[in-house]
Amino acid sequence: MNMNALWEYANPVKFSRTVSLVLPWVSVLALVSLVGGLIWGFFFTPDDFRQGSTVKIIFIHVPSAMMAISAWFMMLVTSLIWLIRRHHVSALAAKAAAPIGIVMTLIALATGAIWGQPMWGTWWAWDPRLTSFLILFLFYLGYVALWEAIDNPDTAADLTSVLCIVGSVFAFLSRYAVNFWNQGLHQGASLSLDKEENVADVFSTPLYVCIAGFILLFVALVFLRTRTEIHKRRTKALLARERLG
Amino acid sequence: MISLLIRDLRLAMRAGGGFGLGLSFFLIVTVLVPFGVGPESALLAKIAPGILWLGALLACLLSLDRIFALDWEDGSLDLLATSPLPMEGVVTVKALAHWLTTGLPLCLASPVFGLLLSLPEQGYKWLIVSLVLGTPALSVIGTFGAALTVGLKRGGLLLSLLVLPLYVPTLIFGAEVARRGAEGLTTTTPVLMLAGISAGTIALLPFASALVLRVNLR
Repeated sequence: MNMNALWEYANPVKFSRTVSLVLPWVSVLALVSLVGGLIWGFFFTPDDFRQGSTVKIIFIHVPSAMMAISAWFMMLVTSLIWLIRRHHVSALAAKAAAPIGIVMTLIALATGAIWGQPMWGTWWAWDPRLTSFLILFLFYLGYVALWEAIDNPDTAADLTSVLCIVGSVFAFLSRYAVNFWNQGLHQGASLSLDKEENVADVFSTPLYVCIAGFILLFVALVFLRTRTEIHKRRTKALLARERLG
Repeated sequence: MISLLIRDLRLAMRAGGGFGLGLSFFLIVTVLVPFGVGPESALLAKIAPGILWLGALLACLLSLDRIFALDWEDGSLDLLATSPLPMEGVVTVKALAHWLTTGLPLCLASPVFGLLLSLPEQGYKWLIVSLVLGTPALSVIGTFGAALTVGLKRGGLLLSLLVLPLYVPTLIFGAEVARRGAEGLTTTTPVLMLAGISAGTIALLPFASALVLRVNLR
């Protein structure tokens, strides 16, 4: 696909039309892979010999944590597109993704706490990964609050975009700062392709299905929410025009 | 540029509540901590670097909304925007004025507050070093937050929500320098990181602040 074809979706009408076409498929796929992956993960995998059945929290914890970070990254990219090319759909997509990111962060933190209680003996520890997620959560809150606080949509889009970019730099810095600040309980990456020690295949295959499900769910929600934002803005414009007579 | 700096400094000195307020707030935080955790000097000495850094950070935060709010209300910010001085310069001067009126007094007064919290003797030098290196970053980051929220009616609370997460790296390294200094450990790495953060924010963040200020004045 060449780049020009991609930019066509910056047209709100074209975007809405395509979303309406694609959304049912994405939603169904998300539903199938989520339900399939979770049922597979919860009922058709063995208990871990040390962790017992608590290991199954992995099927929600890992995908939601991945999506929490990916959502912010997506907001960073769409913010840059808005600042550089002034496509409204891009700014609205960033706005639409933020609350989903908040929920994903919360799910990751909550499932992590529930998993941490039996395994580490504590709901919360000031571990670098946990702490960075809490900081990410604060960044999301600030971002959404700034969107809510500003009336003019273009000003809001500009300011939140700059905040997102500056925030990304500081979130990145914080990640390394907390690493330096405290050693962790949380295990390192264990799904990488080049490592010796990974999650066992019995668990990793349904986990990949769950991750795919979360990604599709995120895409479906972003599409839906962006389309809603476009419709909201159009309604506002129509009402304003009517009032002018 | 210099006349703007002098004007801002003079305003901060003369208009009540700007200059001494941060320092008094810092004092109150320091005085309240022993009431909260008890007067045991071993415990106080252990938490002193962190408390002093948190107090300095909060005192800094307190005066942030004054950076642009008054100039926004009486329209002098528009005049500054149309003046030959580029917006980046205005923002930098504002941050510098904020640091001179809040950060610098905090640095100078911090040994006294360290005394109140029975900071170990070898800690004073590093406390001052960490504050001198770190508070400029706090002012510059705060100026960015103030520029983001300048047009808003109830920007104060939002300002804290936006700025505090941005303060995390500075706080971590600053408090780490002060803590290691107080415990007599080597401080090279956190000092370098803190200095790096300050230098990076001073060099880059004024561009972002000027950008959002221009958007807000549009």
